[in-house]
Amino acid sequence: MFKLLKHFVDAFEERTGLIAFFDGLAKHPVPPDTGWWYVFGSATAVAFVIQVVTGMALATSYISSTGEAYDALNFITTRALFGNLLRGMHYFGASAMVLLVGIHMGQVFLMGCYKYPREFNWLTGAVLLFLTIGMGFTGQLLRWDQNAVWSVVVAAEQSARVPIVGQYVAHFLLAGKTLGGATLSRFFAFHVFFIPAIIFAFIGVHLYLVFHDGISEPPTAGDPVDPATYHARYEELLEKHGVPFWPDAAWRDAVACAIVVFAIVGLAYFIGPPLLDAPPDPSLLAKDPAPDWYLLWYYAALALIPRGMTNPFIFLAPAFGFLVLIVVPLYNRGERHPARRPWAVAAVITIVMMILTLWIDAKRAPWSPDFAAKVLPADVIASTAPEVNRGAALFHTKGCEFCHAVAGFGGHRGPDLSAVGARLTHADIVIRILNGGTNMPAFAGALKPSEMDALVAFLESRKPQ
Amino acid sequence: MANEKVQLVVHEAPLSPERRAFLTKVSIALSALAAAAVGIPVVGFLLAPLLQSTPDIWRSVGKTDDFEIGKTVRVTFVDPSPLKWAGVTANTAAWLRRRGDNDFVAFAMNCTHLGCPVRWLDDANLFMCPCHGGIYYADGEVAAGPPPHALFKYPVRIRDGQVEILTSAVPLG
Repeated sequence: MFKLLKHFVDAFEERTGLIAFFDGLAKHPVPPDTGWWYVFGSATAVAFVIQVVTGMALATSYISSTGEAYDALNFITTRALFGNLLRGMHYFGASAMVLLVGIHMGQVFLMGCYKYPREFNWLTGAVLLFLTIGMGFTGQLLRWDQNAVWSVVVAAEQSARVPIVGQYVAHFLLAGKTLGGATLSRFFAFHVFFIPAIIFAFIGVHLYLVFHDGISEPPTAGDPVDPATYHARYEELLEKHGVPFWPDAAWRDAVACAIVVFAIVGLAYFIGPPLLDAPPDPSLLAKDPAPDWYLLWYYAALALIPRGMTNPFIFLAPAFGFLVLIVVPLYNRGERHPARRPWAVAAVITIVMMILTLWIDAKRAPWSPDFAAKVLPADVIASTAPEVNRGAALFHTKGCEFCHAVAGFGGHRGPDLSAVGARLTHADIVIRILNGGTNMPAFAGALKPSEMDALVAFLESRKPQ
Repeated sequence: MANEKVQLVVHEAPLSPERRAFLTKVSIALSALAAAAVGIPVVGFLLAPLLQSTPDIWRSVGKTDDFEIGKTVRVTFVDPSPLKWAGVTANTAAWLRRRGDNDFVAFAMNCTHLGCPVRWLDDANLFMCPCHGGIYYADGEVAAGPPPHALFKYPVRIRDGQVEILTSAVPLG
C-alpha cells in the first residue's frame, strides 16, 4: 500500500514538480531574528482566507435581490445552522483584516522594510489596503437594512463630489439615477467577484515579490540601506546566518494565525454579528446612518471640517492619502531603524492618534442633534413659576434641547445651557434666540412673543447650583 | 526494432525574422480583437445605467384635500421604473407642504451635505439632519451646520384633484 502511494506521489512529482517547488518556497533561507513583528502579513492573509471561506458559505443562502436580501439575512441569522456564527466570523474577520493590514503597514513603515529593493511590494500593499477598506464598506452594504440603503446614498453623494466624472460615478454605483432593484446586485458583484479578484491578483504579486526580494532583515541602527551594496550584503547574510523559513521563522506565523482564527471565532460566538437594522425602505426617514467602526473616524472628520470645505475634502483627502503611500518608497535608502528615523515614528503616532481621536469623537457624535432627548423633569426645572415651566416645555418642543444640554439632559451640538442665566443677560439671550448664531438657526419666525418670553424666563432661571 | 532511433522529421521551415515579426503582430492583434469582442459588451453592460436614460414620471401622493394648509408632511411614492424584485427599496419619500389652496412645495429628503435623511420638526419649523447636524429653515435654506446649499425641491403639480410629484434622480452634490 505504502509502495503504491509512493509510486503515485513520485509519478505526480515527475509530471508537475509541485512538491519540489513548494518545498523550495517553504525552506528558502530567510534572515535570522525576524521575531514577532513579522507575523502581521501572515495574520492579515489568514483573516482574508477566513473572509473567503465564510463568504462562500454565506453566499449559498444570501439572495442579492433588494426585495429579498433582508429576509435572507434574517434567515441566515436566526434559522440557518451556524448562520449567526458565520455572519459573526465574517464581520470580525473583516474587522481583523482592516486592523491587521494597518498594523502590518505600520510595522513595514517603521522598520523601513519598504526601502530598496522592496519599494514595489510597498505599492502593492498600499493598493491592498484600499481594496480591504472597499471590501469592508461593500460588505456592510450587503446587510441591506435601513443603515445599508442610506450608506449607499451617502457613498453616492461622496462619489458625486469628484470633479467632472462624479455624477457618472455616483450613477454607476447606484446602477441608475435612484436607489433601486439593481443597486444591491451591483454591490454584491463588487463584493464577491470584482474586488476579491483584484485582491487575489495583488496578493499573488505581493507574495511573489516577498520571495523574489527576500524577507527584509530586521533593521540595525547605524546600518543604512545602500542599493549599491545591498544585494551582496543580503546574500552574505543569508549564506552565513540564514535559517529555513519553515519552520524556523514560520512557526511564529502559525501561532499568530491560530490566535487570529481563535479570536475571530471566539468573538463571533460570544458577541455575534451586528444586529440587522429596520427593513431597507428609503421612505423611512428616522435613521442616522453610520459606517462600521473602521470608517467611523472618517465620518467624524466630515462633520468637523469647516463649512464649504466638504467637497474638496471628500475628493482630496483619500487622493492625498493614496498619494502619500505612493510617495513613501521614493525615499528608498538610508537608515531603516526607527531609532534613527524620529519623523517616521512621529508620523505613525500622529496618524494613530488622529484616527483614535476622531473615532472617540464619532462615538459621541456631539454634532448630531439628540432627537431622543426627553422632556426636562421637574427636579431639573426646579421652579413653580408657570412661565418657567412653560419655557421648559418649549425648550423641548421647539427643538432647543436636541442641541443644548441642561443638567445633563439634551444634545451637545451647541453650548451647555445649565447655567446660561448667569452667563448671558436677558438681552443677550433674546438676541441669540431671535437671530441665531454661527451654528444656530434664527428662531424669530418660529416663536410667538409669549413663547419667547416663556423660553427666556426658563433660560434666565438656569443658574449655577 | 524498438531500439532503433526514430528520425525526427521537421515539416516547418524556421521562420524568417520578418515573418516572425509579422506573426507576432497578428497574434497580438487577434488577441486584442478577441478581448474587445468579449470586453465591449461586458463594459457596456456595466455602464448601462449611464447609457440608458430613465424618464421621470409624475407620481400621485394623495388628494389635494388630504393636506392641511401650512402643514409639512412626509409623502411616499415609488421610483420611476421599479424592477419587480426591488421590494420596499423602490419606495422613496419627500417632505410636502401645502402653502395655499393650490400651492404645494416638495423638499427632497436628502441633506445636501452627504445625503442623509432630514427630519421635519413641526414645532421648531426646521429640517434637521441626524448625521452631521445640518439644519434648514422651513423654506429649505441652510440655517446651520455643514450643508453647502438649500434642500433640493421636486416639481409638484395638481391633476384631477391629485397632488403629483415628478420623480427625479437622487439629488447629488
